[in-house]
Amino acid sequence: MTDTTHFTRPEPETDEIKPPVTQVGVIGWIKANLFNTWYNSVLTLAVLFALWQLAPPLVEWAFLDSRWYTDSEACRTTDGACWSIIPNNIRFILFGFYPPSEQWRPLLAVILLVALLFISRNRRFWRKPLAYAWMGGLVVMGILMRGGILGLDPVESSQWGGLPLTLMLSVFGLTAAYPLGVVLALGRQSRMPAIKSLCVIYIELIRGVPLISLLFMSAVIFPLFLPEGITINKILRAQVAIILFTAAYVAEVVRGGLQAIPKGQYEAADSLGLNYFQTMRLIILPQALKIVIPPTVSVLISAFKDTSLVVIIALYDILKTTQSTLSNPKWMGYSTEAYLFLAVVYFICCFFMSTFSRKLERELAT
Amino acid sequence: MTDTVPTPTDAETPPTDPVQVDQNEAVIKIIGMHKWFGDFHVLNDIHLDVRAKERIVICGPSGSGKSTLIRCINRLEEHQRGKIIVDGIELTNNLKKIEKIREEVGMVFQHFNLFPHLTILENLTLGPIWVRRVPKKEAEETAMYYLEKVHIAEQARKFPGQLSGGQQQRVAVARSLCMKPKVMLFDEPTSALDPEMVKEVLDVMISLAREGMTMIVVTHEMGFAKSVAHRVLFMDFGKIVEENTPDEFFDNPQHERTKLFLSQILH
Repeated sequence: MTDTTHFTRPEPETDEIKPPVTQVGVIGWIKANLFNTWYNSVLTLAVLFALWQLAPPLVEWAFLDSRWYTDSEACRTTDGACWSIIPNNIRFILFGFYPPSEQWRPLLAVILLVALLFISRNRRFWRKPLAYAWMGGLVVMGILMRGGILGLDPVESSQWGGLPLTLMLSVFGLTAAYPLGVVLALGRQSRMPAIKSLCVIYIELIRGVPLISLLFMSAVIFPLFLPEGITINKILRAQVAIILFTAAYVAEVVRGGLQAIPKGQYEAADSLGLNYFQTMRLIILPQALKIVIPPTVSVLISAFKDTSLVVIIALYDILKTTQSTLSNPKWMGYSTEAYLFLAVVYFICCFFMSTFSRKLERELAT
Repeated sequence: MTDTVPTPTDAETPPTDPVQVDQNEAVIKIIGMHKWFGDFHVLNDIHLDVRAKERIVICGPSGSGKSTLIRCINRLEEHQRGKIIVDGIELTNNLKKIEKIREEVGMVFQHFNLFPHLTILENLTLGPIWVRRVPKKEAEETAMYYLEKVHIAEQARKFPGQLSGGQQQRVAVARSLCMKPKVMLFDEPTSALDPEMVKEVLDVMISLAREGMTMIVVTHEMGFAKSVAHRVLFMDFGKIVEENTPDEFFDNPQHERTKLFLSQILH
């Protein structure tokens, strides 16, 4: 056959013309972005005025007049923020009723979990060793939290609380809910009527009830159905409720992604002789899941924050431990500071998730 | 037939075609096949034998059932009556048999249908690795061989979205070839292309024909039909109206409907 050259077009000969330069330096930028129209100028001035009014008192409250590492008495002498509430109660806020002498154990477990999460951020490490690291990490975390072997004192799970509980409920909740949601979405697309209606019923039922009612069911109603003498750990029950709930939402998001894949992709996969599972795994899901990264992360972030609802079945997650701190007469009245701290903790976790999702989107862009 | 491009093919088959049709071996046998979409009778009593190394061009007005016919051959559409036998295997609801047939039948689509999330090379090796269980290295060598053949080897690491339509369609042809199919189906392979890219795809198809590939081509490229086909089929309203050698078909059409179609398409 003929050579390659006749497929390529000759490059047109033109003098290169640069786009006009409209912005020069800082002044240029300010002119172009802050004062380009009269209403933008008004808005800019209004914002500047608001900042001038609000910023100084805020800085004064949060930094200049604040107390950081004092006792509660010292806090009474100032109008500023009493950040001291955090360092003074940090052990209870982070670990709840875990025996104080053993609190290095949940601390270590949390550090391990965060380290694993950080490593997992990088797609280069998504190989077998990472899976083993997670499995090993889970076992170690379990041993650390539970104790009872290797000379560690046993700690009942009813004493678990604070940050480890929140992280555990959400990390395992989300990692289990995601694949379950994908399976449900595929099931809902299935041509087999039994599977399809089962998935539809599941999704619609779960989405139709609030998470709180599911948690109540898991805590109060579910044990009634168990034979006498058998109890299932309360944390585990809450965990399952969170997983089931989140999976239904993930399923609908993933279904949206599946519908966005053109029919031609299925036909091309079929015509190569790929079977259903190969088609889904290699062709459809990689594309569909990529499309729905933004809404999926939204679902996961809101699920993460929803784990705080476990307070209503008397689990001491980090929100509940912070709240309990405030019922101590010594620290009453410093709820602003405590809740701001809590907000920062939640924000860091959610921000971690959303930056990860953006990173993933960038890397998967084709 | 507005998307017809005036015959760009200047590469004519040499007078002595080195490819000999094997008259004894039928690769595809279609016997009394019917298909309905709801109440609409798309395919009406289709009989067709395709022999090894034979090249068939199917033409006809849109909606006449051409695409549906070849899509039935690899079960992208299900027929409701009659028999289709491909490579000795009858098409039934048996999934294993369908997958087996799809391994042996390559298909090129109007809209290429490359996998946008995979590189060109991965597009080509996917089928051999997962369906034929070929080792990855070997699959990549085969892929590069076919990419050379369609003059696009230097694009192997790119993604489909970075290629022009003509290049994508050539990749699609190579992707099918990597499965080493016995038959290739082409479903209007040049209809979605810019006019100046039609030739590069037709050239690839012509060279494929010269190597003895069994081909069924649905197309409006009459120049291609004239120079490459052993048989031309004309379809209308779900029936094969006329079937003849290209010379007879274009110079001496038998049916009124065929004459009308040709007069409209050949100006």
